[in-house]
Amino acid sequence: MARPMKRRERTLTDVLVVGATSAIGSEVARSFARSGARLFLVARNAERLAAVSEDLRVLGAGRVETAVLDVTHMDRHAAVLQSAIEALGDLDVALVAHGVLPDQSRCEASVEETLRALEVNCTSTVALLTLLANYFEQRRGGCIAVITSVAGDRGRRSNYVYGTAKAALNTFLEGLRARLQPAGVSVLTVKPGFVDTPMTAGLPRNPFYADPRRVGEDIYRAMLAGRDVVYVPWFWRPIMAAVRAIPVRIFKRISP
Amino acid sequence: MAGCRTANTDGYRSWGRYPPAAHRAVIQVRWRSEPPDLARLEGTVLPFGCGRSYGDCCLNDGGTLLDASHLRHFIAFDEERGLLRCEAGVTLADILDLMVPRGWFPSVLPGTRWVTVGGAIANDIHGKNHHGAGTFGRYVSCFELLRSSGERLVCSPERNAELFRATIGGLGLTGLILWADVQLRRVSSSAIALERVRFGSLHEFFALSSEDQDYEYTAAWIDCTASRGRLGRGLYLRGDHASPEAAGDGAARPDGGLGGLLRVPFDAPGALLNPLTVSVFNALYYRSQISPRVRKVVPGEAFFFPLDSVRGWNRLYGRHGFLQYQCVVPDGEGGAAVRGILERVGRHRQASFLAVIKRFGDLPSPGMLSFPRPGVTLALDFPYRGARTLEMLEELDELVVGAGGKVYPAKDARMSADTFRSYFPLWRQFAKHVDPKFSSSFWRRVSGA
Repeated sequence: MARPMKRRERTLTDVLVVGATSAIGSEVARSFARSGARLFLVARNAERLAAVSEDLRVLGAGRVETAVLDVTHMDRHAAVLQSAIEALGDLDVALVAHGVLPDQSRCEASVEETLRALEVNCTSTVALLTLLANYFEQRRGGCIAVITSVAGDRGRRSNYVYGTAKAALNTFLEGLRARLQPAGVSVLTVKPGFVDTPMTAGLPRNPFYADPRRVGEDIYRAMLAGRDVVYVPWFWRPIMAAVRAIPVRIFKRISP
Repeated sequence: MAGCRTANTDGYRSWGRYPPAAHRAVIQVRWRSEPPDLARLEGTVLPFGCGRSYGDCCLNDGGTLLDASHLRHFIAFDEERGLLRCEAGVTLADILDLMVPRGWFPSVLPGTRWVTVGGAIANDIHGKNHHGAGTFGRYVSCFELLRSSGERLVCSPERNAELFRATIGGLGLTGLILWADVQLRRVSSSAIALERVRFGSLHEFFALSSEDQDYEYTAAWIDCTASRGRLGRGLYLRGDHASPEAAGDGAARPDGGLGGLLRVPFDAPGALLNPLTVSVFNALYYRSQISPRVRKVVPGEAFFFPLDSVRGWNRLYGRHGFLQYQCVVPDGEGGAAVRGILERVGRHRQASFLAVIKRFGDLPSPGMLSFPRPGVTLALDFPYRGARTLEMLEELDELVVGAGGKVYPAKDARMSADTFRSYFPLWRQFAKHVDPKFSSSFWRRVSGA
């Protein structure tokens, strides 16, 4: 899978990954590990973190440290970020990759369920980004990357609660990108389509499903290249452009 | 069950896509710290890796599959001894990608890199170096097995030794392998300095195979559509790891390069591979090598995994699928058994597109149901054409039983219970270790269960 690095790609060696045990998050971490990076991994489950850490060490990571965190416990964010900075000495990169696909019909029946889905998928990320933005701004360099989704490009009948969270993040990141541009910090919005992960395991397959390994590698390259918004795989960009172009009066009738 | 996802049951088939199977459920196992609670599942279960077994030993019609292909973490690597500990879903491709740049190589490689470590153990796979190295099971020093009781048993030649021997070649029936220790070997490069020799008859094949001990890797492609005087003509492939100087820069990279370009994106028409097209292809392929002997250095992927570069090549057989028949027959009587099989295949006029022949060595495997034994192995592919394909294979079984040989379960889709028992005399000892919750379409057929 390796291909020669482009000249403008930089080296990023001190990496924070939130949601490090997620399928996509762990694949991006693997790409970093292969290049010898040092990583700080954050997730909810200590044993899963241990399995991912061992794997990254065998792959070639210079160092791997971990912290257990449920991202909805916002009062702990600052302390965990501080541990990451202390463990690695510095942060070049922060990747935020956690998320849960909520059951849309349960959300429709329950305010609590909906708010919880928004908290996990949106508010917790916004809270993290508030702290990370300040750190990277004063550091004057580096990369913040967040996994959103093609679901955020348009509100669809079947998943608009999830779509809302991702759409909110897209806008937040757009603003953040402009704010951090003068400080030389790149802000990457990653929009995956269907990816073969535990999140989608129960859904029927279609030809658009992507392998998380390939998705992880694409995200890694986009981070090194300092890109702004990437669709993974690439073909989702034209697809979503077409979907966004559908007029509302038609979309409301056909929305899947 | 934490850590395990119920997945959609579409798309879990064997490589030959025959026989069909409908699974009740598929449980994806992702974390060895969160194994599935097998006792709570209804019906029987069977581990599933990459699905490269040809027939039905990786299928559990009406039952549940434990998709362990996501149990894919490396655990540790001892650089001094070359001992790799990894989860059972790690593939040989993953190991090659990681280890070739570090100068390490799997001790045994089959014809495709897309097999999991669990699958390699469960089928006790062999490769082109069997005559000198034996099977994969010889290089597994221990593994952890999850049983339906919830017990997690570490098995090795010293610990749970009987279960260790039953699980190697045990087709996933003794439990779910969670991780294993695999012994790698040092190589100077992954490139192979090969020699390819054209031979005109079975007699010439046997003469060439008597020189096998001079080469680490050997195998031959044989044209089984050739008849009479040309029976058993083919191309003999033999080689060793190239020195780094001979390998040059390009050959050392593990990535095949071609891998993504060639793909069979849909099922070919069923009649594409028929006796006429296959015999024409075979005649051209046999003649494609103009000089009788060719020597060159090739990248490892081209030598070990020529078919991996055509993704989905199994679809060339059409939607009805195909069967592979791989047998081993003891030496003796100048290859009369092999000749008999090739003649019988020729008489049925059922084209075998891919026919591989190789001499096995005599290094024993720890596995009770291990397939290789000293002699000659022949692997033939046949498009599935209904009853006449199955009848022909029954006739081949009679020849193989008569010769005292056996047929490889990893490729089998139809051997009968009686035939299985003659092929594998240790089957009763093996059956004692089959976990009561584990079963497969293959096992139900051959154990009469």
